[in-house]
Amino acid sequence: MSDWHTSTLTQLAAGLRARKFSSVELVRAYLDRIDASQAALNAFISVTREQALADAAQADRALAAGAGGALTGVPIAHKDIFCTQGVRTTCGSRMLDNFVSPYDATVVAKLKGAGAIMLGKTNMDEFAMGSSSETSYYGPVRNPWNPQLVPGGSSGGSAAAVAARLVPAATATDTGGSIRQPAALCGITGLKPTYGRVSRYGMIAFASSLDQGGVLTASAADAALMLREMAGFDANDSTSVDTPVPDYVAALEQPLAGLKVGLLREFFDKGLDAQNEQRVREALKLYEQLGARLTEVSLPNLPLSVPVYYVVAPAECSSNLARFDGVRFGYRCENPRDLLDLYRRSRGEGFGAEVKRRIMTGTYVLSAGYYDAYYLKAQRVRQLINADFTRAFGSVDVLMGPTTPTPAFAIGAKTSDPITMYLNDIYTIGANLAGLPAVSIPCGFVQDLPVGLQIVGPHFSEARVLNAAHAFQRASDWHTRVPQGYA
Amino acid sequence: MSAWETVIGLEIHAQLATRSKIFSGSATAYGAPPNAQANLVDLGYPGVLPVLNAEAVRMAVKLGLAINARIAAQSVFARKNYFYPDLPKGYQISQYELPIVAAGALDIVLDDGQVKRIGITRAHLEEDAGKSLHEGLPGVTGIDLNRAGTPLVEIVSEPQLRSAKEAVTYMKKVHTLVRYLEICDGNMQEGSFRCDANVSVRPAGAHKLGTRAEIKNLNSFRFVERAINYEVARQIDILESGRAVVQETRLYDPDRGETRAMRSKEEANDYRYFPDPDLLPVVLDEALIASVRATLPELPDQKAARFASQYALSAYDAGVLTASRELAAYYEEVVRELAQEPKLAANWVMGEFAAALNKENLEVGSGKLPPARLAGLLRRICDQTISGKIAKEVFETMWSGGASADAVIDAQGLRQITDTAAIERVIDEVMARNPAQLAEYRAGKDKLFGFFVGQVMKATAGKANPAQLNELLRRKLAG
Repeated sequence: MSDWHTSTLTQLAAGLRARKFSSVELVRAYLDRIDASQAALNAFISVTREQALADAAQADRALAAGAGGALTGVPIAHKDIFCTQGVRTTCGSRMLDNFVSPYDATVVAKLKGAGAIMLGKTNMDEFAMGSSSETSYYGPVRNPWNPQLVPGGSSGGSAAAVAARLVPAATATDTGGSIRQPAALCGITGLKPTYGRVSRYGMIAFASSLDQGGVLTASAADAALMLREMAGFDANDSTSVDTPVPDYVAALEQPLAGLKVGLLREFFDKGLDAQNEQRVREALKLYEQLGARLTEVSLPNLPLSVPVYYVVAPAECSSNLARFDGVRFGYRCENPRDLLDLYRRSRGEGFGAEVKRRIMTGTYVLSAGYYDAYYLKAQRVRQLINADFTRAFGSVDVLMGPTTPTPAFAIGAKTSDPITMYLNDIYTIGANLAGLPAVSIPCGFVQDLPVGLQIVGPHFSEARVLNAAHAFQRASDWHTRVPQGYA
Repeated sequence: MSAWETVIGLEIHAQLATRSKIFSGSATAYGAPPNAQANLVDLGYPGVLPVLNAEAVRMAVKLGLAINARIAAQSVFARKNYFYPDLPKGYQISQYELPIVAAGALDIVLDDGQVKRIGITRAHLEEDAGKSLHEGLPGVTGIDLNRAGTPLVEIVSEPQLRSAKEAVTYMKKVHTLVRYLEICDGNMQEGSFRCDANVSVRPAGAHKLGTRAEIKNLNSFRFVERAINYEVARQIDILESGRAVVQETRLYDPDRGETRAMRSKEEANDYRYFPDPDLLPVVLDEALIASVRATLPELPDQKAARFASQYALSAYDAGVLTASRELAAYYEEVVRELAQEPKLAANWVMGEFAAALNKENLEVGSGKLPPARLAGLLRRICDQTISGKIAKEVFETMWSGGASADAVIDAQGLRQITDTAAIERVIDEVMARNPAQLAEYRAGKDKLFGFFVGQVMKATAGKANPAQLNELLRRKLAG
């Protein structure tokens, strides 16, 4: 069989269980695709070929014995922000270039427990700070639809890998859009769960109150399968929520008729590319045909998302990244003169420009005399945005709109202008501030580049959101498109 | 009357006696090899998260209830950000705006017997830092993170203490309390109980506070007293010479008996406190507070009041006996065996017993001389088997040998002579041996009575019953 890579994760898992092919064959085929693509896409920071093949052999033995979990033998990749025991975990930074994690993140352990085989660690914006995967110490990731363009970020490596079918699924994280935005720009499905649904333990923190682990896949059904294994309360993460994990896969086929969809007025603003808007409107029309009822809703405080985010996230990051001090792990400068020199040069040489910019911004907004004006005020506005969402979900089941204002942009086009870059997350940040589950699914193309439709639901409504996404994917084929050269 | 008034506030750090750390499962035992009790959370590894130790919360609540404070229905952990090698995360998790305990008070007894109420502004939970090691490590600094993440409760007093002595009295009171509550072992050598003292002086009668210096990390009552006295003298000196006190952090050097500036203002940190997003607010409901309240022991003040009334003791005696829960329990065990003599028991527990412990640096609970044994000895004083003086000798033998009072008395033939005939026989012999003194006494030299008592005691090796002897001797000498 040579068309494994066009199969879905769900199909592969079923094929393995039915022993139509072996995990070793499958893993080897995907590893070969990764190797062949690396020069063009730079989607991976580390490839763990030997371990993967050994794990696959073991998976085959388990499958032969009739044992095994939901994902036994299925190849996946982890964003290099998740700690993986015995495997280098860099977070895309020179600071952690030499860091081999002594433990597995909870997400990694859970997927391992379900039988998934890790093929490697994907490239990303340094410490997940970026919207283009250009700030990585390991060089930019390229978009499989056009290597001159960015794949989005920060989970650009995971997104490019899934889009190019180098793996059927990859983990990712989303602080302000880092799953959904690259999903949109790469033409795949990206799910950011409710804050607290997936454990953050072992996920290197960027902004703790916003970070949430999720997944990038080719379809909503695959995302449901992955989430079912990743989600759940973790005693190691005080912010994870102890509420039962529903069977997201079983909920996929529920009828859509009567679904109340709110169109986010604030998302159809002047920054939205006209053709991008056109694709989104067409998708909404399809939803209407599927039985959904569309109404327009307004979240008046939502336009404040970006400024709020760029106070809260840097504030938390400035503190979270203080542990990278050259003392216990990670990069340490050569021949420090004294303690201050050790700190200054280890951090000065270990961190890239965007990370430094955010640490400085965050340090500033938390400083005495500025705290009230920035951090406290931002938190208050965050409450208002939250309240807006709560009000909206009083009358609709889900909210829909574009994931991004435009399709993928050129590498280097926005690197010199941080504000323009930040505005790329204008539609995605709201869900992070309010801790809501959201998915981006492909809904068409603009000049041969994919664009995404975003679906946001109330807290812990992943089943509903995935159900809505799946219904759309049963009625369309955008999600089955594979970039030229990778089909 | 001094022209200056001293104003002191204490920030006491008490290490909570939990088995594991405040945000990780590492053990908190003292004295392990460096970094043997530091796991990935304590080391601040990438990706790890803190999980609050529920026992530490209960202990803080217990303290709050014991000082009649307000227990916050919701308290919040905050990050105090600064860089230091012994602070692995680059921030300390503490409580800032919303502490778990606020607005409590403790009463202290001043030298003149007056009771003074000291307000306790707040008590909050936080994690301790590790420590840097320099000894035996030429050219490098070692970091030991065993202590990092150890739970502390910081107890902040109002600036209501007016002398070094008051400060020490207050600190001792808190020390007694946390040990009563069994939330802190109180071991000051190991750093389980220490304080920072905020000291300032102002012209007597002034309302405005003077500029303060903060003396860091005082880990003995003696150092607290000396450091404050030195600092007060230093500040008065500065003010009287017309200069101004600088607000700064100072360290006490016990070898030189002086305080020295540690950090100047220019290096002062902006800690950039903000709520820790990794931890949810601590929400305490009435049920939990009630369940902690149910575990409160009889508190030192309550116990002292009960001792004073139940055992008819002076306030001073009651205070000494209740200074530790163990001593108070020991005393009550003795009294249980000797219900009619609580004062005698108090004298012996505070006197011989406490002195003997002190001499050998032992704890009350060391098991040496169980209370029933001491009661056995005191019973022999009461029933006149031995005199109080002989009892002290018997006590020493019991202390070093471990035998019962009766066994010691019998073995050494210390039983008091209460047989009238036997005492009279000795008196007769003494009178016969000292005719000159007898004549003088009978001629009116009353002072010689003592001479005859001494002679009889000598002849009986001190065993003659003193009261009987007095009476018989007086009669015989009279002729």
